[in-house]
Amino acid sequence: MSSFWSIWISVISLGSLVGCYFLLRWCLANKTGVEEGDDMHHEFDGIIEINNGLPKWWTYMFYMVLVWALLYFLLYPGLGNFPGILGWKSSHQDIRSLAESKAAMAAARENGEIVQYDRELEFAAEKFDPVFAAIAAKPIEELLQDEEALKVGQRLFLQNCSMCHGSDARGATGFPNLTDDDWLYGGSFEKIKETLHLGRQGQMPGWLDAMGEKGIEEVVEYTLSLSGRSVNQQLADKGQARFAMCAACHGQDGKGNQQLGAPNLTDIIWLYGGSKRAVTETLNYGRNGVMPAFDERLGEEKIHVVSAYVYSLSHK
Amino acid sequence: MSEATQTHPEYNYDIVRKFAIMAVIWGIVGMGVGVLLAAQLIWPALNFDTPWLTFSRLRPLHTNAVIFAFGGCSLFATSYYVVQRTSQVRLFSDKLANFTFWGWQAVIVGAVATLPFGITGGKEYAELEWPIDILITLVWVAYLINFFGTMIIRRVSHIYVANWFFGAFIVTVAVLHIGNSLAVPVSLTKSYSIYGGAVDAMMQWWYGHNAVGFFLTAGFLGMMYYFVPKQAERPVYSYRLSVIHFWALVSLYIWAGPHHLHYTALPDWTQSVGMVMSVVLFVPSWGGMINGIMTLSGAWHKLRSDPILRFLIVSLSFYGMSTFEGPMMAIKTVNALSHYTDWTIGHVHSGALGWVAMVSIGSIYHLIPVLFNKQSMYSIKLVNVHFWLATIGVVIYIVAMWISGVMQGLMWRAVNADGTLTYSFVESLEASMPYYFMRFVGGVFVVVGMVIMAYNVYKTITMKESTADSAADENNAQAQPA
Repeated sequence: MSSFWSIWISVISLGSLVGCYFLLRWCLANKTGVEEGDDMHHEFDGIIEINNGLPKWWTYMFYMVLVWALLYFLLYPGLGNFPGILGWKSSHQDIRSLAESKAAMAAARENGEIVQYDRELEFAAEKFDPVFAAIAAKPIEELLQDEEALKVGQRLFLQNCSMCHGSDARGATGFPNLTDDDWLYGGSFEKIKETLHLGRQGQMPGWLDAMGEKGIEEVVEYTLSLSGRSVNQQLADKGQARFAMCAACHGQDGKGNQQLGAPNLTDIIWLYGGSKRAVTETLNYGRNGVMPAFDERLGEEKIHVVSAYVYSLSHK
Repeated sequence: MSEATQTHPEYNYDIVRKFAIMAVIWGIVGMGVGVLLAAQLIWPALNFDTPWLTFSRLRPLHTNAVIFAFGGCSLFATSYYVVQRTSQVRLFSDKLANFTFWGWQAVIVGAVATLPFGITGGKEYAELEWPIDILITLVWVAYLINFFGTMIIRRVSHIYVANWFFGAFIVTVAVLHIGNSLAVPVSLTKSYSIYGGAVDAMMQWWYGHNAVGFFLTAGFLGMMYYFVPKQAERPVYSYRLSVIHFWALVSLYIWAGPHHLHYTALPDWTQSVGMVMSVVLFVPSWGGMINGIMTLSGAWHKLRSDPILRFLIVSLSFYGMSTFEGPMMAIKTVNALSHYTDWTIGHVHSGALGWVAMVSIGSIYHLIPVLFNKQSMYSIKLVNVHFWLATIGVVIYIVAMWISGVMQGLMWRAVNADGTLTYSFVESLEASMPYYFMRFVGGVFVVVGMVIMAYNVYKTITMKESTADSAADENNAQAQPA
């Protein structure tokens, strides 16, 4: 901030405290012109006020908090641009990316600054990293046998994944169930890890403009027939002709394509609902599924352990 | 009560009556919605799958109803009463007074008609959309003119301390409301704040904490400074204490907002200033409590027989407790545990139910017989029942929230040896359930008390006898031991 605002802030902050001090002195000195313990000689609707002194313990408490306040402003940031003599900061407040954050942390360590957030991260790294590294070093086969390691994975799952996939990992509309063995992008341990590292973007385009309402209706009928539902065969036959468009991703047989994340349409698992209405909606307007990348947030070790947990859910 | 036998044709009691009655009614509504919300947290099905009955829509209705409808009507009633009696003059303008009454009721009805339907500005305690905000501004300016106008034409030389507090409350709330509500309307029911990002957050909590500091504290201290000495029939303990705690309180409160934004994008210096001023504020806050409680010296025995005085004094005890708790929670390291937990909810309610509601209830019990020219309340026994329901209810409520709040804070920060968090959020929620039930029970106590109050007020207003030998007074002649 500019030095004008810095001075402005300092003056009014300190002014409030100094003002309180002088007011306290003034009240203690009894400048009311009325003797202590006497009434103030004014009466309001029968209420009079006594000119009693201030309680001593309360006065001392006031002095104490004022002194403490000045000390705090001396030690910590508070008075505008003055950083305080401890050089304490809560965090690097001006960073805008993880890279900037890491650079700022390194610089602060070099300059010996006290940055509370950095210190907490360092403390956690020192205390927990060795323990966690030992778990994360195990290969998947070993992790699957390790009750405790899977519990660690479960906790990571609950804190990072459950808001979309649910505490029981059974998903919700738009968020895949992770406990069955149906996978959009592949269910091998390596594929799951890849999904966590890089994230996924499942895009199904909308077809309303291209096919028109009638066309959509036909394709819906055909799509539903793929999983053995009873449909209007006449419409479905027409839909089959249009399905070539869909086959590009979902395959000629409608069994999907894990390279593209295109769902299998022949089973009874529906990411966005399998009712006629839901499938029509999907075809009309398309769908955009986003699984965020956890590469930066969790890192390889944690991804390894949480992937083992997810893998274990369908490989009991 | 000696006032009851006198009539004061020169005072405008009509406006005080209207606001006092509405305070009781809005109190039941606002607290009743609160109990429904408390129940929804235990039994979510109680929203009946109806959008406008969901927690998210009713929560702002609850806060607006208790703060601005119940608290606001109590403040209007008492300030209009006190400023007339301590200035010994009729209100500056009866027309303006009536405008504030009908205008304020329109604001409240406006809140009921918009908030449940999701029409909101999205700022806590300032949710109402811009057309209602404009109406609030008009009402408030009318209130300001009327209150200060009455003080200017007063027939006594000095201004009584209660009026300093009412005055500070009225002026500051005007500044806060206009400052925080500045917005660009895009339609009749939607507007966007002119502030953005951290500045918007800071403006919001500058407003938010001073809604507590000036609406819920300064205003009610004004109430306390009249009704405590009046009900106790004792002089105010210390004039000088009232001078210092008034000026220190109003000059420090305005700084305290940033403590709502510790460890956020708010700059460190702002967080520090908010924290330091909040801690210093503890001392002048206690100055008010001391002055109120010490006013009772020489009349402590009255607490045994007068449940109205008990309401007032217990409210001061809750005031002292929550103004100790608040500064502690404003300290960054304590806040790191308490923030976002139920502890905050408990703290707010020890202030709102323990202090604000109890001092209002006590004052209204004092007012009703005077306003309707009766000897006393219809039943002092029922006032006593109300007192115990309110006190026990509030204690159950805040103890439940302390336990669940501290528990949540500890659960959220618990880590395992491998560095993962021990609990997921939903586990802390599950652990809170017994305390949510306790809180619900506490809330029911408070609301039942309010319903009893409404009955008692109704019977007082409609009872025929207004002389000392009435049948109802036979009940009251007996002192009600605590």
